[in-house]
Amino acid sequence: MSTLKVPVAARDHVQGDSNAPVILVEYGDYECPHCRHACPIVKQVQKHFGKQLGFVFRNFPLKEIHPNAESAAETAEFAAGQNRFWEMHDAIYENQDALGPPLLLELAERMELSGQALASALKEGEYAKRVKEDFIGGIRSGVNGTPTFFINGKRHDGPFELADLVGAIQAHL
Amino acid sequence: MAQLLEAGTRAPDFTLHVTPDQKLSLTELLGRPVILAFYPADWSPVCGDQMALYNEVLPEFQKHRAELLGISVDGAWCHAAFAQTRHLHFPLLADFEPKGEVAKKYGAFRAGDGYCERALFVIDGKGKIAWSYCSPVSVNPGADGILQALEDLSKS
Repeated sequence: MSTLKVPVAARDHVQGDSNAPVILVEYGDYECPHCRHACPIVKQVQKHFGKQLGFVFRNFPLKEIHPNAESAAETAEFAAGQNRFWEMHDAIYENQDALGPPLLLELAERMELSGQALASALKEGEYAKRVKEDFIGGIRSGVNGTPTFFINGKRHDGPFELADLVGAIQAHL
Repeated sequence: MAQLLEAGTRAPDFTLHVTPDQKLSLTELLGRPVILAFYPADWSPVCGDQMALYNEVLPEFQKHRAELLGISVDGAWCHAAFAQTRHLHFPLLADFEPKGEVAKKYGAFRAGDGYCERALFVIDGKGKIAWSYCSPVSVNPGADGILQALEDLSKS
């Protein structure tokens, strides 16, 4: 049984309480259609459990098959630098069909973040180290594709439709 | 589930097609660790399937000077198309004729199904199995076990 090797910490992007009874960690790729499919499902799961659930998203870009996944991940980290991580995370998934450098700049500007600063951060790889750390932590934890979920540190194997996740989380309450 | 060869066993040698006109033998790689990843079939329908995942983790494997080999019963032409589509940067071996012969030697063949288990082996530089693991066929085992085994080898 694979388990989360990197505990949830201050560096993580957390929605809800990081001390909630159940913590759901997703390793995701912004260009992965399965992660996109999971995105609204996770929102429903959060709604279902309310304060009993904290949700963490970590980067796991599969660069060889998804050429825009890395820059998308770095863009979300750039937004995080201005406390806008979740807004960017959602916006990228919602616009996944158009994912590419122009979309990322457009999303930044739509959120009134500097497109120029983003372009420069991407060019310099300012957030590449952070994304890589997430990736390596994921590998060490047994992430085996995207999305991979961990519920209270245990890898969730199998389907991740609403009923599957709700059932698996309920088992921890 | 088949009974895998265990740690401490000598890894059976093999010579298999790595491209339609080239063959590769395990003995050619001795002197550094070899990761053998048996898997059921090319073209599994998910993002980040097992081979795509290992493709991304190659730099971590290479830190241990390890050579990664994927093995399935698919033929060399099928492997070539699969590797090209997924941009794989490591060899895929065709355990195609006689079908599954190498997988059988490693205890990693599913007789009723006619394909390989998801079975992982880390072989040390002297050709001895240092670690093996068989995952349920529907569960991609990830790379954590391989990295741990490589680290343990580096320490020993």
